[in-house]
Amino acid sequence: MTPRLAPPIVGLEAVEKHFGAVRALEGVDFDVAAGECVGLIGHNGAGKSTLVQVLAGALAPDRGRIAMHGVVQEHHSVTGAQRLGIRCVFQELSLCPNLSVAENTRINHPSLRGFGWRRRAARLIADKLDEIFPGHDVDAAVDVRDLSIGRRQMVEVARAFTITHDPLDLVVLDEPTSSLDAHTAAQLLAFVRRFVAAGKSCILISHLLGEVLKNADRIVVMRDGKVAAANAVGAFDHDSLVAVMGGAEGRSAAGAGSARPRREMRARRVRARPVGQKDGAELVAHEGEVVGLAGLAGHGQTDLLLAIFDAADRRRPGIEVDAPVALVAGDRQSDGIFPLWSIAENVGIGSLARLRQGMLISARSEAALAQHWQRRINIRTRDVQDNVLSLSGGNQQKVLFARALGSDARIILMDDPMRGVDVGTKREVYDLLRDEAAKGRTFLWYTTELDELDHCDRVYVFRNGRIVANLERNEVTEEKVIQSSFSDAH
Amino acid sequence: MPVTSARKPAQGATARARLIRAWLPTLSLALVLAAIAWLNPRAISYFGFSLMLNLAIPIVLATIAQLFVISGNELDLSIGSFVSFVGCVTATWLNDAPWLGIATLLAAVCVYAALGALIYLRNLPSIVVTLGMSFVWQGLAILMLPTPGGKAPAWLQGFAAFSFPFVPLPIVAALAIGAIVHFGLMQTSYGAILRGSGGNPAALARAGWSLLKTKVVLFALAGFFGVLSGMALISITTSADANIGSGYTLLAIAGVILGGGEFVGGRVSPFGAVVGALTMALAASPLLTFMKIPPDWQVAANGAILIVVLAARALVSRRED
Repeated sequence: MTPRLAPPIVGLEAVEKHFGAVRALEGVDFDVAAGECVGLIGHNGAGKSTLVQVLAGALAPDRGRIAMHGVVQEHHSVTGAQRLGIRCVFQELSLCPNLSVAENTRINHPSLRGFGWRRRAARLIADKLDEIFPGHDVDAAVDVRDLSIGRRQMVEVARAFTITHDPLDLVVLDEPTSSLDAHTAAQLLAFVRRFVAAGKSCILISHLLGEVLKNADRIVVMRDGKVAAANAVGAFDHDSLVAVMGGAEGRSAAGAGSARPRREMRARRVRARPVGQKDGAELVAHEGEVVGLAGLAGHGQTDLLLAIFDAADRRRPGIEVDAPVALVAGDRQSDGIFPLWSIAENVGIGSLARLRQGMLISARSEAALAQHWQRRINIRTRDVQDNVLSLSGGNQQKVLFARALGSDARIILMDDPMRGVDVGTKREVYDLLRDEAAKGRTFLWYTTELDELDHCDRVYVFRNGRIVANLERNEVTEEKVIQSSFSDAH
Repeated sequence: MPVTSARKPAQGATARARLIRAWLPTLSLALVLAAIAWLNPRAISYFGFSLMLNLAIPIVLATIAQLFVISGNELDLSIGSFVSFVGCVTATWLNDAPWLGIATLLAAVCVYAALGALIYLRNLPSIVVTLGMSFVWQGLAILMLPTPGGKAPAWLQGFAAFSFPFVPLPIVAALAIGAIVHFGLMQTSYGAILRGSGGNPAALARAGWSLLKTKVVLFALAGFFGVLSGMALISITTSADANIGSGYTLLAIAGVILGGGEFVGGRVSPFGAVVGALTMALAASPLLTFMKIPPDWQVAANGAILIVVLAARALVSRRED
């Protein structure tokens, strides 16, 4: 840590945080001094959100120390952090839609009570909105559900800067401009500069590198749960940030062995254009292709997959699908597994029409199908009649693959299916995909892990619900994907 | 970057739908009243209203009890049998041994508060817990009063006999109840927190509020208004039986929803609920009697009216979205 005269507002020292086998933070040193705006950037899963949650007291670190104003915090909590002057604007909105703007302000200020509280809360938030977004048209008496998403974000940001009882020293802004138009975003960033000039501090998390380069005093780049680089803003430019985020070393050899000759163009299976696409770009997938959907999480990849899935049954504008479709869900607990059923039943549900014998499901065919896939992708179980929850997470995910691949679908949509799956399972599934693609199946694969793009014939990069890049197999590099994901073009 | 708001043209239609929605409770009440006036003009009089709305106040109070529970995204399926139980306590112990009666009713409110805590701490579905409790209350009511009987305390009967000039007592009482609850839930600073616990519990917890406390407070208020409902009912009927409040569960839920409330999201309206309860009270019996529907069919007709009104509500709210 750099020596400073006053102790930093917050200082993290060797902080570690693990979620099961996933190491979200691996010994992070991070501090914020008074009067500076720190830009925090990194790709999906680099550990930014975890770091912020630890700062805000929402997550307790497994190891390491947190100090506020130079005082080490033994029991760091949300309310404790608030009392010490730290506020967070989280990415998902945390307003109550059924309450008015003034009432939502009251929620963050226990001291707004007694006679006339509503008037005082309305004054407080209206003044702050006037200060940050001059010319705004938000009425403090209006219910939040009646506001557009952009105005909600304005209220949320303004609320974080209101002061009653507790001091305010540091505001964490997580993608604060994601729902704002260019004008209001500029107003907010100008306010942040004024705020910092007055001796307060800010952490700015954004995927718009231009925004960070222009407004931060110092930039911290995170990668794989570690601080990859931290320096004054002058030391970076757009390209060097991209290079640090992606790692300077060359590409791993993971994909090299899997290089296979590009097949000549075969029948087109899918053609889809995202709803918000302004230019002519569209996603095209042919028979036997593995097509990757990349970009930052939540930028429209899942939406497009679900739209394609719907389009298989009923017509949707802009999407053509001409073969049966199956979907492998990413969140297997909520969208994939039937927790009360056996492994065989979980596999067979995708192919009921073929397993029927008269009006009933033939238990024998169902078991045969499950056993076939058990051998084929090595589902580790004694008996396919066991409950599906007796399997480990990775093997449950294999069951979902077996369900999709065991069906007659020719197009398989995969919604980031490898989340939280161990390396061994991943390797087995990659081999399986390659086999099945060789047999003519088409895969559309949304993944947040850059390594997995090595297995794709072509990659579409998404940003704000639109396709911003279409990379052929030999063009796919980590740097290019990150470059497109973080591009500043509006 | 996405545009802040590209929904200008849709906003006029949304505002109109919202206006219809806000006036729907009043509109349905007016419709029911118009039907009654058409069937039997003489019913629209001071005496007629006093008679028709005779049993409305207990329904209004039970509806308010349900409103508190629904504010916190829960549902109370036991309010009907709870009202029966309170009725039996009122007609027996509260008359014979007032202190024992008062203690029992206070304990009943505490049980409600404890149920709120249980539902929050164990993360149980309120529907299951309150369905179970409905049998407990019903059983206790039967134990207290195996056969219909008992007697309302004289002071309680005095309340029911009170009358205002020009405006019938039930209407004054309903407006007063609506005003008090509106102030408490919609105007006070803690009322905003209570409603927020239904709107976005995670945000509330993040801001440092105790969700356990909000749940306990909401259920305790439900219990309190349930007690008031039972006592108001006995003040009118003067004696009790163990099934006296059956049917209130459904009427109370319907009243809240008819009054503009939502099952989830902390969206409720006390005045709307009062109007909804009055509508249900009128549609439940006077209207059907005037329509010469035999008593055997009245429950079914009741259900049909409920479905029609709620379908209209659903139609309006869909337009709004």
